[in-house]
Amino acid sequence: MVTTLISIFTIFVLLTAFVFIMQDRIHNMINTFIWQSSLLAAATFLTALNTGKMELYISATLTIVLKAIIIPYLLRRLVIKLNIRHKVAAIKYPFLLLIGAASLVFFCYQLIVPTNNIIAISMAVMLLGMLLLITHHKAVSHIIGFMSMENGIFLAVLLGAQGMPMAVELGVAFDVLIATVLFGVFFFQLRKNIDSLDVDRLNLLREDVE
Amino acid sequence: MNLFYALIAALASSLLALVLHSLPRIQKIVTFSLLGVSGFFAVATGLVALLLSQHLSFELISTLPNLIWRLKLDPLASFFLIVVGIIVISVSFYGPGYVSGSNQKQSSLTSMYFFTGLFVGSMYLVLFAADVITFMVAWELMSISSYFLVIHHYEQPANRRAALIYFLMAQASGLFILFAFSILIKFTGSMSFAVWHGVSLTANMAHLAFFIALIGFGMKAGVVPLHVWLPKAHPAAPSHISALMSGVMLKVAVYGLIRFTFELLPNIYWQWGAVTLFIGTVSALFGMLYALVQRDLKKVLAYSSVKNIGIIFSALGLSLIFKSLSQPLLAALGLIAALYHSLNHALFKSLLFFGAGVINNLGHERDLERMGGLIKKMPHTAWYFLIGCISISALPPFSGFVSEWLFFQTAIQAPLLENEIMRALVSVAAAIIALTSALAAACFVKVYGVAFLGQPRSLRIQEAHDPDWGMRLAMGFLALLCLLFGILPTFTISALNIVSEQLIKTQLPPTESWLRLVPINSKTSSYGAPLIGVGIVVISIATYYLLHLSYKRAKIKGVKPWDCGYGGINQRMQYSALAFAMPIRRIFFDFFLPQGKIEKDIDRINYSIHINDLILQYIYLPLERLSFLFAKRLAYLQSGNVRVYLTYIFITLILLLWTTAKFG
Amino acid sequence: MDHSKIWLTIIQALLFAISAPLFVGITRWVKCQLQNRTAPSVWQPYWSLNKLFHKEVLTATTTSILFRIVPFLVFSITLVIAATIPLFIINATGSTFADVIVIIGLFALIRFLLALAGMDTGTAFGGMGASREMFVSSIAEPAMAMALFAVAMMAGSTNLANIISHLTTYNLYFSPSLILAAFGMVLVALAETGRIPVDNPTAHLELTMIHEAMILEYSGRYLALIEWSSAIKLMLYAALINNIFFPWGIAHDLIWDDVGIGICAFFCKMVVLAVALGFAEVSLAKLRLFRVPNLLGVAFIFGLLAVLIQIIGIN
Repeated sequence: MVTTLISIFTIFVLLTAFVFIMQDRIHNMINTFIWQSSLLAAATFLTALNTGKMELYISATLTIVLKAIIIPYLLRRLVIKLNIRHKVAAIKYPFLLLIGAASLVFFCYQLIVPTNNIIAISMAVMLLGMLLLITHHKAVSHIIGFMSMENGIFLAVLLGAQGMPMAVELGVAFDVLIATVLFGVFFFQLRKNIDSLDVDRLNLLREDVE
Repeated sequence: MNLFYALIAALASSLLALVLHSLPRIQKIVTFSLLGVSGFFAVATGLVALLLSQHLSFELISTLPNLIWRLKLDPLASFFLIVVGIIVISVSFYGPGYVSGSNQKQSSLTSMYFFTGLFVGSMYLVLFAADVITFMVAWELMSISSYFLVIHHYEQPANRRAALIYFLMAQASGLFILFAFSILIKFTGSMSFAVWHGVSLTANMAHLAFFIALIGFGMKAGVVPLHVWLPKAHPAAPSHISALMSGVMLKVAVYGLIRFTFELLPNIYWQWGAVTLFIGTVSALFGMLYALVQRDLKKVLAYSSVKNIGIIFSALGLSLIFKSLSQPLLAALGLIAALYHSLNHALFKSLLFFGAGVINNLGHERDLERMGGLIKKMPHTAWYFLIGCISISALPPFSGFVSEWLFFQTAIQAPLLENEIMRALVSVAAAIIALTSALAAACFVKVYGVAFLGQPRSLRIQEAHDPDWGMRLAMGFLALLCLLFGILPTFTISALNIVSEQLIKTQLPPTESWLRLVPINSKTSSYGAPLIGVGIVVISIATYYLLHLSYKRAKIKGVKPWDCGYGGINQRMQYSALAFAMPIRRIFFDFFLPQGKIEKDIDRINYSIHINDLILQYIYLPLERLSFLFAKRLAYLQSGNVRVYLTYIFITLILLLWTTAKFG
Repeated sequence: MDHSKIWLTIIQALLFAISAPLFVGITRWVKCQLQNRTAPSVWQPYWSLNKLFHKEVLTATTTSILFRIVPFLVFSITLVIAATIPLFIINATGSTFADVIVIIGLFALIRFLLALAGMDTGTAFGGMGASREMFVSSIAEPAMAMALFAVAMMAGSTNLANIISHLTTYNLYFSPSLILAAFGMVLVALAETGRIPVDNPTAHLELTMIHEAMILEYSGRYLALIEWSSAIKLMLYAALINNIFFPWGIAHDLIWDDVGIGICAFFCKMVVLAVALGFAEVSLAKLRLFRVPNLLGVAFIFGLLAVLIQIIGIN
């Protein structure tokens, strides 16, 4: 029963990754991120129940506190401060993007199955995060993509190896937190220098080769 | 039943047309009735041969030495013979009225009669052919005679160009087919198809033969990217010829491919199925999207032929895949789906072309944007056309649905395949075909809604009226068949089982009752078409009477439609065909690259959109430019000096002598 | 053929028809409660239908006879579909006459006819509604096909009864592909029944309507028939989702205990679904027309992924 629930949550995490890809408004993306992290925490919690490992309980708590509360809060503040209201992505060909995303999931399945389809899903979540990084050209959504990738890796480790050692876990958690803060600082600098958060504008920094 | 009757009647129709040139009325009646007789004989011969599962063969010794014409009639050929025959019969009823309405010169009419008979006869001959010579002669005759029919309205330059493209591609297709045959001739040393059974080919040679044949037959059938002639040539021809070309000639190409692949080649490899399936789905999607955005009614129908040929090829691809991976039952199912769809497409496409011909003849319009309200002007045509539209949109309980249902039944069995990639390919193909069916419904709502419903958009269309009894009979006959083949599929399936027995040595399980179509077993799937059809009719009538009896006092009153209170609603405020397709055009933007153009006049604004065939634009036109460039280079050879030409001949002679001495 | 099964089929179809307005009523009641409005009785749709049946019929003079035939055809096709979808008992005769592909086809036929009726009015509204309806369905229909193909492949059958009994016997509720298919199916159902993120069932603002624009010219008993069929259609989609993806407690054969449980379970599930629908309608905003394909594209891709995952899973 618990394992089925875990797999349901895993699939829901995959669904949220799809939602990320089709979203172009930052507030919705942050909301989805909260959903994804909560689902991840739930899956972790259930694994903890299943295995009885103490670290996993801590890890679940950490996930919910950090990724479902603190980081979204920081992101929200960042969005308000930077005054981002408009779309963060111009998805020109949503169908092509969806087909690409679907083929990524298929690819993961192709690689991993028949051993474990849950690993396949977590890998897909990671790759979809990467796809988000590629397709969105506003720096803010890059944080979400980065976090989504991290969630995918976390999920893979959780389900594949029943969690990672506590030290590593704490390290990663703080890395993520610090990364959020650093991103924030970076954005302010970015906007100061190129007057936009559009990463495509970074092309301007290139020296023109004669 | 002698298989020559049909052939003789068709050729007689063609020859008598020449003899009776000076008696137009008699000429018309005689030629078309002979065509009808030939169609009747074709159907009768085909039915007898199919149901008795006969294999008849004949040899005609010609006056030339070593040249024997081998003819054969087996279940596969008889099935296609029936398809051709049905359409020829309906053309024979439709033709006289159509010809009288089209006001043409007597000389061009005579040539049309002559080539129509020849065209029909050559199609029979292709089906009868049992050796390479007969097949190729008949095939070329079919191409050439249809070329003259395409160029019938030669006064318009666009038609001449269409005919030229058609001619070139038909010739190319003939060459490819000949090449594919020549591989088998090389290995067996014989021209006769009968000898080719069980020939041992190396895998590479088999691949080569198959793919070349696929190009050859595919070109004639009009699969993407070899379809460019089709949307040009079919609209150019007179409507009953379009019906013959779209409804039947494409099927003859399908017949050729089935004959070559399933019977003449010894083995079947899964790669062939995969490629055929791929080409089929691409054609289906491409054809459908282009059909959706056309405004010329006949072009819509032509592009939708590309789509339907795509479905037939997809079903054939499934059949090949399942056969090569030794699932004979599913291979039979796929083959039957392809054959059934060939039959259905012949019926509804001819019906729709007839309808387009009626509108063209009596309303003088082919442009959808100028039609409208025809259901009140020509009610008979409108109802028949509606049945055609429902059938082609693959909606139950009409005929198009049954074959697509069979296709999906085959595709859903994909989990039985060993190879994961194949399974994925099959299911993606099923998804795309499902998409095209939905688009087809949108397309034909547009066609029917804009042409027949609403209010007339031009003055000319207001004068349209129903045609004479012959044309109505032809359309009614086909509409009835669309209904029958949709509602009673079990009978057709049991006939098609005989063909599948011949080609795959497997049959679908016999049906328990005619009420339910059970392709694999009753656990897997079943479709009770008769009950659904009857159910819909009975419940509607019951509801109607119930309501009209209980609410007699609630009267029906005619009022003006809602105009938002502004008043003065008129026909120009209706949704146009362009507007109808706009949302779909917008989401499939990549495919069309439409270049919308707005022109402002003093009192009006024109918006027009021109949609290019991408394949034409990016493959064929560059090829054309390239060949012109090459030809220009080559022109240097032609200096005009006689002595230079003599030198060429001299050099060629020397080379030839040398090669014969060396290698001969 | 078993006579009791035939009767069951007819009874189920009639039950669908009779209870459909109630389902709509419950949904509206939930919506009103959530929006702090005074809710009409859950029986209100019945009174509305009754009123419409008694009213005088006005038809536009521009329409042809097709316009007057369509409501009857639409109603009867809906009833035919109702006879083929299991309500609370699986083994009735209906499902052997129409499998999931036929059901999809019949739904498409309804849409085709309604769109034609819309075009028949010869006004801008009718054409607009028809165009948009066909546009939405051109993606929704394949999405639905893919979601249903996924379950069909799982069960190795396209027969709805066999699919449901396979899913209940093998406890496959939680396989990844089933969840994806369920999501796809829910999105499609929202689109096809004209519910909120795609279309607004209560909209009378001309430029945002889809379904309502198409049937704008209908009145009196014609409108009643069409409204009733859309209620049945909503109920049919709800039953499809319930019985395929949450088939708990559905009865297999005509055993009275099971049937009792089946009816109770079905009623509970429908109420839950009605509440969920009402809740979703209140909390979601209507999408812009050209954003709808994105939503349905997601549904299509989910269905396709469900099929692909299903296909790779078996070995």
